[in-house]
Amino acid sequence: MRQVLEFEKPVIALREKIAELKKFTTDSDLDLSEEIVKLETRLEKLENDIYTNLKPWDRVQMARHADRPTTLDYIEHLFTDFLEFHGDRYYGDDAAIVAGIAKYKGQPVTVVGHQRGKSTKENIRRNFGMPHPEGFRKAARHMQQAAKFGRPIICFIDTKGAFPGRAAEERGQSEAIARNLMEMAGFEVPIICIVIGEGGSGGALALGVGDRLLMLENSTFSVISPEGAASILWKDGGKAKEAAEKLKITAQDLKELGVIDNIIPEVRGGAHRDLASQAELVDRAITDNLAQLEKMDKQVLLEKRWEKYSNIGAYTE
Amino acid sequence: MLKDFFSKKKHASKPSEEAKQDIPEGLMLKCSSCGKIYYREEMRKQLYVCQKCGHHHQLPSDERINSLFDEGSFLEYDTNLETGNPLEFPSYSQKLEKDQLKTELKEAVVTGEGTINGFRTAFAVMDSRFRMASMGSVVGEKIARALEKAREENIPFIIFTASGGARMQEGALSLMQMAKTSAAVQRFRDAGGLMISVMTNPTYGGVSASFASLGDYNFAEPGALIGFAGRRVVEETIREKLPEDFQTAEFLLEHGQLDAVINRHDMKKYLTTILDIHQAGGNVS
Repeated sequence: MRQVLEFEKPVIALREKIAELKKFTTDSDLDLSEEIVKLETRLEKLENDIYTNLKPWDRVQMARHADRPTTLDYIEHLFTDFLEFHGDRYYGDDAAIVAGIAKYKGQPVTVVGHQRGKSTKENIRRNFGMPHPEGFRKAARHMQQAAKFGRPIICFIDTKGAFPGRAAEERGQSEAIARNLMEMAGFEVPIICIVIGEGGSGGALALGVGDRLLMLENSTFSVISPEGAASILWKDGGKAKEAAEKLKITAQDLKELGVIDNIIPEVRGGAHRDLASQAELVDRAITDNLAQLEKMDKQVLLEKRWEKYSNIGAYTE
Repeated sequence: MLKDFFSKKKHASKPSEEAKQDIPEGLMLKCSSCGKIYYREEMRKQLYVCQKCGHHHQLPSDERINSLFDEGSFLEYDTNLETGNPLEFPSYSQKLEKDQLKTELKEAVVTGEGTINGFRTAFAVMDSRFRMASMGSVVGEKIARALEKAREENIPFIIFTASGGARMQEGALSLMQMAKTSAAVQRFRDAGGLMISVMTNPTYGGVSASFASLGDYNFAEPGALIGFAGRRVVEETIREKLPEDFQTAEFLLEHGQLDAVINRHDMKKYLTTILDIHQAGGNVS
């Protein structure tokens, strides 16, 4: 069954009502088309009201929606000749991250992204998109290769965070993330990072250092999950909704704080409503940004990347 | 009676309220590991390392700096950076003020330069007494600037890390300090700079997953707890009991995550040897 979000319920109810009336009109002699038009206008207005006034917590729900498009969904729509490659060459292959090479409008690129599952079975295989060190090291390996062969790198961010497990700690979760942050700062090719769902903490940032950090309109990017923050700050995980507001985790807030470069709009009702149209919106963002970045020579690219990160922060002097 | 001697008394070691009042605040210190009682001054001279069990207690940043750098050589960088409250997070400013009063520090890291047995070195020392040395904008900015300074001056950079992780009250701005500091390490490395990271208790989260793990050499003090996720979070996630020594410096050494574990008393000599070898190699001016 399709997942219904709390704030969408009035929309769903009205839609069902319209569908019911339409069916009634076709099945019986009674003509209700005038009534239907009236309700459709109301639906239009209601949808507009709801989707242009989403609260941070609503967006958290949207970002976590079970049907929300994943990295592999976007790869299928945006690239051709995608070849997925596996393994970090040290320990194993982490299915929570996918990586490979492809063509973007004819141009060779390297694509890396967190990958969660849509079904329980796939989610278990992919560890709910929460990587171990070998996932980050696989990503690093492919990005190093991209730098070697001069291919731009496109990263899709979609994770609750790096996996907090015993094996992950034993194999150097911290070092794996840290190394990605450092190396991504120095690759001499354009890097575009796009938050498509949840961007949770260091595990998200480990694919998030580049020339552009873009966020889908209803995605989130945060230092800690709202639940985690609520439980630490107020010893009450139930205050997650409040924490979501205070932490400033929406694309709109983060653009204002100077953390991200731009927002990619979503189709009405969220990316999961229409993958093909959503992919077009992402496509446009990649094309525009790639064109800007490819004009720069390597030195300028790196200098601007450093400037961008060295300017993030709030302090007075 | 011998039997009494072996029976457990619930509050045997807890001083009475009256006894507590007899001892001036902070005159005595108790080793949190073995329970041995010390005069504070005696403990201070021992760099807060218990003489009985070797436990390394928290060392205030000023005392760490004094223990390592040649007398009169210390020059502090960036003393004017002030933390704001960018998210207007409830009670954040008050918490900062409280820790500033308590520690006489402005923020959780002190940066600067000095000489260690004559070797000029830039450094950063984090101080966990201040907001658990969590990484906010000022911490990230000061560390990045110290790295840039070391790069420009062509001198080594040594960092003593300690941190509970991110400064939650600064939200994603805190998270992005991981990227900023790591990018600064990248530039420093690219220029051939020598970076030494010494992790002290505790080094977690965003600090562990950025500059702390990016030294040419990564060391730790004995018994220091180091990790990405905290023990409790890991236990709750995997629903299994973790070994006693999980995430200790010794555990990390065994798992190949550290170059060495170094006793605080040996630190100056050890670092001197590294600086000396590197100078002979030509990387250090």
